Amino acid sequence: MDEFAQLLDDLYFTNSNLAKEIILTNYLRQVSDPDRGWTIAAIAGTLSFDLFKRNVIKSLMMERMDPFLFDMSKDYVGEMSETIALAWPQSPEPVRLNRLPELHEVIAEFQSRNKAGIRDYLVLLLDNMTPSQRWALLKLGTRGLRIGMSARSVKLTLAKMKAVEIDVIESIWHGLIPPYLDLFAWIDGRADLPDLSDKLTFSPVMLAHPIDEDKDLPRISPETHIAEWKWDGIRVQLSSNGAETKIFSRKGEDITHSFPDLAGSVTLQGVIDGELLVKTGGELGSFNDLQQRLNKKKPTKALIEKLPAHIIAYDILELENDSLRQETLLVRRERLGEALSETPQSRIDISEILPFESIEDLHYLREQAAQTGGLIEGLMIKDVSSIYVSGRPKHAWYKWKRDPFLLDAVLMYARRGTGKRSSYYSDYTFGLWNEDGELLPIGKAYFGFTDEELKEIDKWVRNHKLQRFGPVQEVEKGLVFEVAFDSAQESKRHKSGYALRFPRIHRIRWDKPAAEADKLSSLEALICT
Amino acid sequence: MQVRPEGLYCAPADIYIDPHHPVDRAIITHGHADHARSGHGEVFATPETLAIMRTRYYLKDETAETGLPYGQRVDLGNGVTLWFASAGHILGSAQAVLEYDGSRVVAAGDYKRHPDPSCVSFEVVPCDVFITEATFALPVFQHPPLEIEVEKLLRSLKTLPHRTHIVGVYALGKCQRVMKTLRLAGYEEPFYLHGALKKLTQLYESYGQDFGEWIMVSDIPRADKHVFQGKIVLCPPAQINDRWSRRFEDPLPTVASGWMQIRARARQKRAEMALVVSDHADWGDLIRTCEETGAKDIWITHGRVEALQYALKKRGINAKALNMIGRDESVE
Repeated sequence: MDEFAQLLDDLYFTNSNLAKEIILTNYLRQVSDPDRGWTIAAIAGTLSFDLFKRNVIKSLMMERMDPFLFDMSKDYVGEMSETIALAWPQSPEPVRLNRLPELHEVIAEFQSRNKAGIRDYLVLLLDNMTPSQRWALLKLGTRGLRIGMSARSVKLTLAKMKAVEIDVIESIWHGLIPPYLDLFAWIDGRADLPDLSDKLTFSPVMLAHPIDEDKDLPRISPETHIAEWKWDGIRVQLSSNGAETKIFSRKGEDITHSFPDLAGSVTLQGVIDGELLVKTGGELGSFNDLQQRLNKKKPTKALIEKLPAHIIAYDILELENDSLRQETLLVRRERLGEALSETPQSRIDISEILPFESIEDLHYLREQAAQTGGLIEGLMIKDVSSIYVSGRPKHAWYKWKRDPFLLDAVLMYARRGTGKRSSYYSDYTFGLWNEDGELLPIGKAYFGFTDEELKEIDKWVRNHKLQRFGPVQEVEKGLVFEVAFDSAQESKRHKSGYALRFPRIHRIRWDKPAAEADKLSSLEALICT
Repeated sequence: MQVRPEGLYCAPADIYIDPHHPVDRAIITHGHADHARSGHGEVFATPETLAIMRTRYYLKDETAETGLPYGQRVDLGNGVTLWFASAGHILGSAQAVLEYDGSRVVAAGDYKRHPDPSCVSFEVVPCDVFITEATFALPVFQHPPLEIEVEKLLRSLKTLPHRTHIVGVYALGKCQRVMKTLRLAGYEEPFYLHGALKKLTQLYESYGQDFGEWIMVSDIPRADKHVFQGKIVLCPPAQINDRWSRRFEDPLPTVASGWMQIRARARQKRAEMALVVSDHADWGDLIRTCEETGAKDIWITHGRVEALQYALKKRGINAKALNMIGRDESVE
């Protein structure tokens, strides 16, 4: 456990990616199994369980520390785990350990204990640790590790250790599970590359580039490209061998458990790339509807009946054990069409190919997307000769989102950010005027501005403070943000009655008087189209 | 005692403590820029603090100086007596002890309780009113022993011998404390110093401190970059990632400061190593000190005032915030 904590510290404080890879390589060469496997799982974010819940730590802390002082500390530090790591008050009569347990011992111990046991073990460890070890434990235990190292750079490190291309690691990665004993056996030269041919695994998806209208539109013609709607659901990969079906998120997370209705309906053998939405009574639902089905470990029968899951298929990667990835998009689309008409799937529709004859037609289609109240996010434009490769190849697929909605809203509250931004007021709540001249909050945003702008807004907040509500700072109603957002929905949770999707700060209107900001009625007008 | 825009004011003796603006009479607790300023008519301070102020050009020819060694009393007039007790913050740092009409007020200035081989340690002075700082007054601030932090640096020198370890330190106090502690930990290589650290280091030496061999970075020819590899270079914090640091081979930016306890602070400074070295009292020591003085009233000047006030009140000690302005939290 101490080597693990040391590694996290070293990675956290190192700036260059190359240096991080070297540090990780050295660690993986020095540390034995299964600790090193658990370590890469923690860093790459592939642990499938929490060792303990955040509220266990929080309640332990509340028993031991004055809540007011805890809140002030947390507000200052900007983050709960680090606050606890630093301020942890030792037990009155702490049990002393001769040595800290190894990483795998810690994991096994937590997994074998019941609720009360988990609590006791956590106290025992925290009492015997330094602040940076506590930080490592808390981050590991709640899977909240953020040390500036991506899953991709973990894979790259592993590839370099074995002197192979990263694709080799990618091809097996999603079929392996922590602590990756077979992977390391292969890296050490003690075994062959793990064989995953009988498992349903995720293969990394192909992504699109945002279109550059000036440069990319001239490349596009009806002969070389197809256009499709870009639906506003979640991108998924559905993999089935006839007996079993799995649904993976765009990042390879297995989300089958949330959609048993969909998984159970599939009779086609193959791998399909598509958009997951809900479809009730023949009508596709909004993202808001879909959201009710996301992250449910075990959705209720009532929910499933109310909001059945559905897929709009964009592409096919495998059909009855044949990989189609090396075929052109044109061929893949034909095979997809044939497969779905030969074996119709109740929950899978093919994504419609939108006819166009000119670039003007594409502009027109994009306009139409904007009239769907957010159901369609824009257009996908794909080169028909493109093969299916993971990642984001240039000039193969473009996404052309409809323009975001814009509104001028007034800054109402600010709070300090987390991590690197913990000393800046970087999270903003803004509102619109109602008919009575009252400001009602409509959303929050914490990006869309540059670091320089952040400093200026931070300064403005500090100079225009009103009341404080815990960590939330109310400010004078004097600064206008032009806020961009993808869609808006009616929401009972917000006082204004609306919730914005993906709001971000588009521009800071230093020039605009707050009284001239938009009214709630402008928002109503926007979403009623 | 009153709080005035210029600073803390002792009315019967018509004198300010660490005023922000030029005044006729001032007591200066120590030489840091946010406490010692130039332009006062008459200055009372320890001889070391006066020497620091002279080195930094805070004293003019016409300034009347009274140098008071720790413990020596002076009559300020109108029945007010002043003497200094050591504060353990930096060389010459003092608590101003004011006695008047049978009661005693101690203005502690900045202080710490952790051992520091580069200055005299803190002395607890029983008093009626104790005026304290609150720079690190949150339970998250529990400063580790300096030896542990220095060990981090020494370990890194061993594992990364090709990198130049550039340590950002304040010129007054931090620099000398870090050097001295490294020597005590057995580090024998010469230190390489940025020009801004020279004069004050020499001043410490004139008071008997021994830092072993140190060399000005500017005395090494630009072409000899390799000289610094695996060595310690000390400079002001702002320089660790600035143009100046480009002259070194593969620099490893390090910051030594009490703020380094917060990871995000270290990342903001783009430090690759964070040494928690504070010249202020940590949370536990602030509360302990307030209790040990036996003061019935604690006045809090600057820092995380609210938290300390709350914690003291919970312990049944009267505490109030003085709402002082002008103290810069980034300067230690």
